[in-house]
Amino acid sequence: MSIELKKVSKQYGRELAVEEVSFSVEDGELVALLGPSGCGKTTVLRMIAGLEQPTGGDIYIRAQRVNELSVQERNIGFVFQSYALFKTMNVYKNIAFGLKIKKWKKADIVTRVGDLLRLIGLEGLDHRYPHQLSGGQRQRVAMARALAPRPNVLLLDEPFGAVDAKIRQELREWLVRLHHDLSITTVFVTHDQEEAMEVANRIVIFSKGRVEQIGTPREVYDHPASEFVARFIGVMNVFELEVRRGMARLHELEFPAAGLADGQRVRIGFRPYAVQVSPDLDHYRYRAVLRHTFFLGVMLRVELQLASGLTIRGRMTKEEYEHLGLADDQEVSFQIRQYRVLGNENTPLPPEISTAGDTAPVRRESPVDEPPASDKESVGSSEKLP
Amino acid sequence: MTGSSTAPRGCEDPRWLKGLLLAASLAFLLIFLLLPLLNLFAQALSRGGRFYLASLLSADTRSAIRLTLLVAAICVPLNTVFGLAAAWAVAKFEFRGKTLLVTLIDLPFSVSPVVSGSMYLFLFGLQGLFGSWLDARDIQIVFAVPGLVLVTMFVTIPFVARELIPVMQATGTEQEQAAITLGASGWQTFWHVSLPSVKWGLLYGVILCNARAMGEFGAVSVVSGHITGLTDTMPLRVEKLYNEYNGAAAFAVASLLAMLALVTLLVKTFLEGRTAGEPASIQPVIIGARAGVSNLSRAK
Repeated sequence: MSIELKKVSKQYGRELAVEEVSFSVEDGELVALLGPSGCGKTTVLRMIAGLEQPTGGDIYIRAQRVNELSVQERNIGFVFQSYALFKTMNVYKNIAFGLKIKKWKKADIVTRVGDLLRLIGLEGLDHRYPHQLSGGQRQRVAMARALAPRPNVLLLDEPFGAVDAKIRQELREWLVRLHHDLSITTVFVTHDQEEAMEVANRIVIFSKGRVEQIGTPREVYDHPASEFVARFIGVMNVFELEVRRGMARLHELEFPAAGLADGQRVRIGFRPYAVQVSPDLDHYRYRAVLRHTFFLGVMLRVELQLASGLTIRGRMTKEEYEHLGLADDQEVSFQIRQYRVLGNENTPLPPEISTAGDTAPVRRESPVDEPPASDKESVGSSEKLP
Repeated sequence: MTGSSTAPRGCEDPRWLKGLLLAASLAFLLIFLLLPLLNLFAQALSRGGRFYLASLLSADTRSAIRLTLLVAAICVPLNTVFGLAAAWAVAKFEFRGKTLLVTLIDLPFSVSPVVSGSMYLFLFGLQGLFGSWLDARDIQIVFAVPGLVLVTMFVTIPFVARELIPVMQATGTEQEQAAITLGASGWQTFWHVSLPSVKWGLLYGVILCNARAMGEFGAVSVVSGHITGLTDTMPLRVEKLYNEYNGAAAFAVASLLAMLALVTLLVKTFLEGRTAGEPASIQPVIIGARAGVSNLSRAK
């Protein structure tokens, strides 16, 4: 095990920024710390590096307890969100800095920096200064500088936060390749669920200073441990309904609510891909107008508006969309195939309830075939009644 | 009507206004800056190059130059260290009373130099707070070199710190953190990362500080005692020569101070060129610098 955190806490004054966080990172793993801003993920990363001191718990790097070790003694590589390149040094000197500090021989430094320049694809730019580089190039130099002294672990703070979308995509792919080639234990912080899904072997999801869930991208996507996780990784419609005459209702929507008293409020969540749409108005039980279609690549997101004004997010593949011959502002029918009755936001998610047999034929059931692709837009897409 | 053929652009000023403003500022600079400066050199050389050299090489003038260099050699390094420390504290740490510290650093700018000098006179002069105590131990501060150094220190306190604070604030602490994660010690980080990233701002501040240390008149005049050959600095020497109706010699010494100002300007221009290609954050900020020239007007 490369990194292990045992009940690590961090308190600023009276505020608990990180609360008893425990997780471990295996040798050579690429782990993402994911969560909304202010959830404590960056603080956790900085505590692993030694840039912040935990107020409780233990941190181990390669089985050695490092709480009392200084940053310099931990032998970590750290890449800052703003890169923090030394602006008075050129690319070569930036990368060589850590090696000089560690008193490498001159010839070894030249070889090592040359290798790294090749690795990051910036050969020939060794005499450029940081302000003469593009954002993506700076990012790579920062990475090379962190990797140069052969650190035990590589820590990245929002590594792709400061570059534009296209470069970000390239850098992500590059990081995955780099990690594959070097297999250095890597932990990176991000608020972008798509990025975490795409890059990481495993994801640690944070909320309000606590770990919500740890798992592979697929585990997290298919089996979110809580409503928070489900909503944060963008795969849930959430509505608050009221029980009337044995059914939980909100405008047109109704779900069976056996055993619940009238007047009780119930929260229902369902995934976008549990929404089945048909151009045939009598095919499914609900009717709506397809307001918008968002093209996200292979997957599409559709917004359905019911007569009452309720908006529901659905997902389907491009093929399905074309096969059904859908278009914006078209009237459609739909059904919700599975849903969950939700408790608190941070309590474990209850199992899904199937509504199959509710009406009409069921389509090919393949939620797991869906790539956990860009669902960024639907983060926080859920709606609640006041 | 001229210019009516081209459609007027919304946000472009008319050409005549540009011309007028440019002419006004050039005329102003010519009358108030260039003319007096040229006159200064003309007067200095009015009795020939030999007289010019002779007046610079007279024993009293040589002693004044030596004293000025000595005062600057003590004040500039001390204020550089102080400026670095103060700017570091202000830019990189959060603490209570930070605004107060910045205000205090600025204080010498807002205090009239005569008042600055008097403050030290009231402290260390014979009638001053510590006067009798110092007198009993035969320690002379006022009307001696220590007094000159003290008031010059006071007057030049803001220069280095003022230059460095904005530069350091813009630089932030991430580069230092990066150096630490790469294994650098505190000293290595300061030497290899912190100092180089502010070097141009620092140099600029030092040059301004030096110009002021050598050119200061008012505060120095109060505590000097004007003992020829002992406590006269160059600006004081200029005044004395002028009052002795030795105009050409006064202008000769003054021309030295003026040249110091010109060199300061040149270096400043060079430094600004140096930093132009780099991010805007590290360009030095121009502050109320007064080099030798401006003091001449008061000397006359």
